[in-house]
Amino acid sequence: MILSAARRRLQSRAFAEERAPEMIASRSFWADAGRRFLNNRMAVFSVGMLSLLILFSIFGNLFARWSYEEIDWNMLGRIKEDGGPSLENGHWFGVDELGRDLYARVVQGTRTSLLVGFIAGPVSVLLGATLGALAGYYGGRLDRTVLAAYTIWLAIPYIIFFVVWQAFFGRSMSQMILVIILVNWTAGLLIVRGQVMMLKNREFVDAARMLGMSDFKIIFRHLAPNVLWVVVIYTSIVIPEVIMMESLVSFLGVGIQEPNTSIGALLSQGASTMTFGTLWQLGFPAAIFVIAQVSLFYIGDGLRDALDPKDR
Amino acid sequence: MLSVRNLHIRFRTGDGMVHAVNDVSFDVGASQHIALVGESGSGKSQIALAIMGLLAKNAEVDGEILWNGQDLLAASQRDMNRVRAREIGIIFQDPMSSLNPYMTIERQLTEIVEHHQGMSRRDARARALEVMDAVRIPDAKARLRAYPHEFSGGMRQRIVIAMALMCRPELILADEPTTALDVTVQAQIMQLLADVQQDFGTSVVLITHDLGVVAGFCEEVLVLYGGRIMEEAVTTKLFDKPAHPYTRGLLRAVPNIEDPSDALTAIPGSPPSQHRFPQACPFAPRCVDAVDTCHDTLPALQKGRACLRPVEELT
Amino acid sequence: MLNYTLRRLLMVLPTLLILVIFAFYLMRLAPGGPFTSERPLPPAVMANVLERYGMDEPLHVQLWTYVRNIVCCFDFGPSFSQKDRTVNDVIAQGFPVTLTYGFWSAVFVLVLGIPLGIIAALRHNGFWDYTMTGLAIFSQIFPNFVLAPLLVLLFTLSWGLLPGGGWNGGQWQYVVMPAIALGTSYMASVARLTRGSMLEVLNSPYIRTARAKGLPERTIILRHALKPALLPTLTYMGPVFVYMITGSVFVDVFFSTGGIGQDFINGAYSRDYSVLLGLAILYAVLTFALTLMVDLLYAWIDPKVRAGLA
Repeated sequence: MILSAARRRLQSRAFAEERAPEMIASRSFWADAGRRFLNNRMAVFSVGMLSLLILFSIFGNLFARWSYEEIDWNMLGRIKEDGGPSLENGHWFGVDELGRDLYARVVQGTRTSLLVGFIAGPVSVLLGATLGALAGYYGGRLDRTVLAAYTIWLAIPYIIFFVVWQAFFGRSMSQMILVIILVNWTAGLLIVRGQVMMLKNREFVDAARMLGMSDFKIIFRHLAPNVLWVVVIYTSIVIPEVIMMESLVSFLGVGIQEPNTSIGALLSQGASTMTFGTLWQLGFPAAIFVIAQVSLFYIGDGLRDALDPKDR
Repeated sequence: MLSVRNLHIRFRTGDGMVHAVNDVSFDVGASQHIALVGESGSGKSQIALAIMGLLAKNAEVDGEILWNGQDLLAASQRDMNRVRAREIGIIFQDPMSSLNPYMTIERQLTEIVEHHQGMSRRDARARALEVMDAVRIPDAKARLRAYPHEFSGGMRQRIVIAMALMCRPELILADEPTTALDVTVQAQIMQLLADVQQDFGTSVVLITHDLGVVAGFCEEVLVLYGGRIMEEAVTTKLFDKPAHPYTRGLLRAVPNIEDPSDALTAIPGSPPSQHRFPQACPFAPRCVDAVDTCHDTLPALQKGRACLRPVEELT
Repeated sequence: MLNYTLRRLLMVLPTLLILVIFAFYLMRLAPGGPFTSERPLPPAVMANVLERYGMDEPLHVQLWTYVRNIVCCFDFGPSFSQKDRTVNDVIAQGFPVTLTYGFWSAVFVLVLGIPLGIIAALRHNGFWDYTMTGLAIFSQIFPNFVLAPLLVLLFTLSWGLLPGGGWNGGQWQYVVMPAIALGTSYMASVARLTRGSMLEVLNSPYIRTARAKGLPERTIILRHALKPALLPTLTYMGPVFVYMITGSVFVDVFFSTGGIGQDFINGAYSRDYSVLLGLAILYAVLTFALTLMVDLLYAWIDPKVRAGLA
C-alpha cells in the first residue's frame, strides 16, 4: 500500500480539475475543430437553415397543387391582379409571368441550384486541389505547365465556355454541372499548390521518402490529410460562388433549359417583370437565394474559425 | 530604479484564464545586471512586455511596476510613450521579424531620436552611424539605406540593439537576445551587450532560458517556474550552491565541458497547466524531492528560495 | 525592373497566341454557327455566305488569316451577325462605355473599401467593425444581379432619382447605378481583406517594435503599418479589376448601357464568333496588362520583391 506522493496526486480531484482543460486542448485536431464549430451558434443555426432548405427542395413538391410546367389558364391576362400568393387557388407563391405556379418552380429551382452547388463546388475544388498537389509536389515542368494553363484559363471569359458547351451538349442540368466543374477547375489550385510546396520539405515527408514510400502514397497518405483543412475551408467558399455563377449565367440566359429552372433564372424573370408590379415573382426566389447564401456564408465562416483559429 | 511589486499577469483565452505571472517582485538598481531565467511558458517574457506596457489586449495585470517612482501600470499612453525607448529600451527575441521589412534601417533608427529628442534628420543620421559603430556594424554608412532582409541574422540583432541604444536609455530589457542566432554569433552578441553596458552604464535585465548565457554577464539571477520566482541569488552562489530543486535540475541539464563523463539529466514531465492560480508549489509534480505537503502548500519566497524542504535534505 | 517588364511582356505574346488558337478551335468546332437558324438557308445561299466570310476554307487557313490580319493591320475581321460592321467597330463603340463606368466603379471600390477596412481594423470589434462585417455579408447575399434590380426598384421606380438604364453619352446620372452595382461586392471584399491584413500587421512583431519605440499611434499606423497592410489588397486588386471588367457583362445587359458586355451576350446568342473572339482577346489583354501593373506596383512597394526582380 505504498502510494508515492506523485501517484496520489494523479488520483486526486484537484489534479483532475486542473488538468481537464488541458486534456480538452490536446484532443485531436478535427475533434477540436468540431467542438469549436458546434460552439459557433450562428454556424450551427445556419446548418439548420440549410437543412430546411434542402428538405424544402426534396419534399416541397408534396405540398404543391400545381406542377412546375403547367400553365394556369385562368390566370392569363390577370396575373397582375390575381396572380399573387394565395391560399385559395393553391398558388402559395403566386404565379410567374406565364401563369405557371411559382411555388413549384421555386422548389424546382432550389433543387437545381443546391445540386449544382453541392456537386460542382466540391468536385471542382478536388480537381484543382489534386492538380495543385501534383504541381506543387513535382514542381519543374509540370508546375510550369499547370500554371500556364491556369493563367490562360483565367484570361478567357467563362461565359464562352457555357456557350460552346451548350452548342455541343445542350442545356440539361447534368451538362450544366459538368461545364461549371470545367470552368472552376482552377479553384483551390493555387492554395493547395502553395501548401504542398511548403509541406513537402518537412521532416515527415523526408522520413516517408527514406522509408521507400512511393510519391503517390506520400501525396495521398501523408500530404493530403495535412491540406484537408484548407480544402474544406476552400470548398465552403466555392459552393456559394458556384451557386452564384449558375444564377448569373441563368440570369443572362445561357443557363438551364426551360421549363426547368433555377434560382438565378427565377430571379432574372422576377427582375424583368418588377416594373409591372408583380414583385412576388422577384421576392420569393430572392428570399430563397438570400437564405441559401447567408447560411453558406456563416457555415463557411464557422468552418474557417474552427479549422484555422489562429486567424482570429 | 525599477521596482516590480507583486506582479500578476493573466490572459483571458477561449479555454479560460491563463495565469502567466503570479506574484513576482524584484528590483533593478542603476548599472545593475540581472537575469530572469526559466523555460518557455514561465512568464519571463511577459514580465518584460508588462514593463513596456506592450502586453496583448486580453491581458489583465495586477501589482505595481515602479520606474523611478512612477507606476508604469497606471501611466497614460502618453506618459508611457515618453518612457519607451527614451528611458527603457527593449531588445526583442527574433531579429528576423522585429524589424520592419518595408523600411530602410536608417529610417527605423533615426525616427526614434527624431521623435524623442526632436533631432533633425541630419543629426539623427549622425547618431545612427555612431550607434551602428558602437554595435560594430561594419561599413555602417554604406548600409544605412539597406533594408533588413539584406542583413544576416547576427547583423540584424546588432541593428535591434542599436535601436534600443539610440536614446541612451537607463535600462535595457533584453528578451532572449541570442536565441535565434548561431552559437558563435551568440557569443559575439553577449560580448557586445557586456561592452555596451560598460560604455554606457546601462542597466540590463537579461531574459533567457539558457543558464550558460547568464554566467559571466549578470550579477544576480531570478529563476522562474510556472510564473513564480523559485530562487533568487547572486550568480556565483546560484551556480555553486543551487538551493532549489528546480535550479538544480536546470544546472544538471547544462552540459559540463570539464567533466564529459557527467551525464546530462533532463527534468521529467512538462511545464504546469496555468489555467488556475497555483495552489501548491508549481514544480512539485516534477520534483524529485517533493513530499506530500508540497502538493497542497504554496511556498513563499524566503531567503531567496521558494521551497518547503530544507536545503540540506535536497538530493 | 525594366528588364523584368520586358520579359513579362514577351511572355504575354505566346500566351495570347495559345489563347487565340484554343478559343478559335473551341468555337469553330462547336456544332451550329452564326448562319444556322430555325429556317435553314438554301445550300447555294449558305455556300455564298460562307465564302464571303472566308469560312469555306480549312480551319487552320482561317486561323492563319485571322492572326495575320490582327498582327499586320489590327483587323479583327467582320462581325458575323451585325451586317456591315467590323469587330473593330463594335469594340470601338462599346469599350469606352464599359471603361468609363468600370473606372468609376474601381474608384468607388478603392476609395471606400480601403479606408473602411482600415477603420474596422483600428476599431476592432467596435461599431465600424460590425458595420463592415454587415456590409460584407450584405454584398455576399446581394451580388450584382440581385443588387441591380434592387437599386432600380429604389432609385428609379420608388424615388425616381436616377434613370433605370441607358447611357446618354455617359452623363453622371447614367453612370452611378452601373458603377455601384458593379463595385459593391468587390468593395466589401477589399474592405474585409484590408481589415484582415491590417489586423495581422498590427499584431506583428515589427509593430510591437515600433510601439516599443514610443512613437505615437498615428505614426505607427501611417509609417509602419499602412504599406504592408495594403500589399494583400494590392495583390487582390489585379484579379478584381479583371473580374470587374468581365462582371460588367451583367451590368451592361441589365442597364442597357451599350457596353461590350452587351455585345458579348448578343454574340453568344447569335453565335457571332468573330465578335466573341475579339472580345475574348480584349479581355485577355486587359487581364495580362492589369496583372503586370499590379506586380510592378508590388515590387515598387516591397523591397524584397524588388531585389528578387533585379
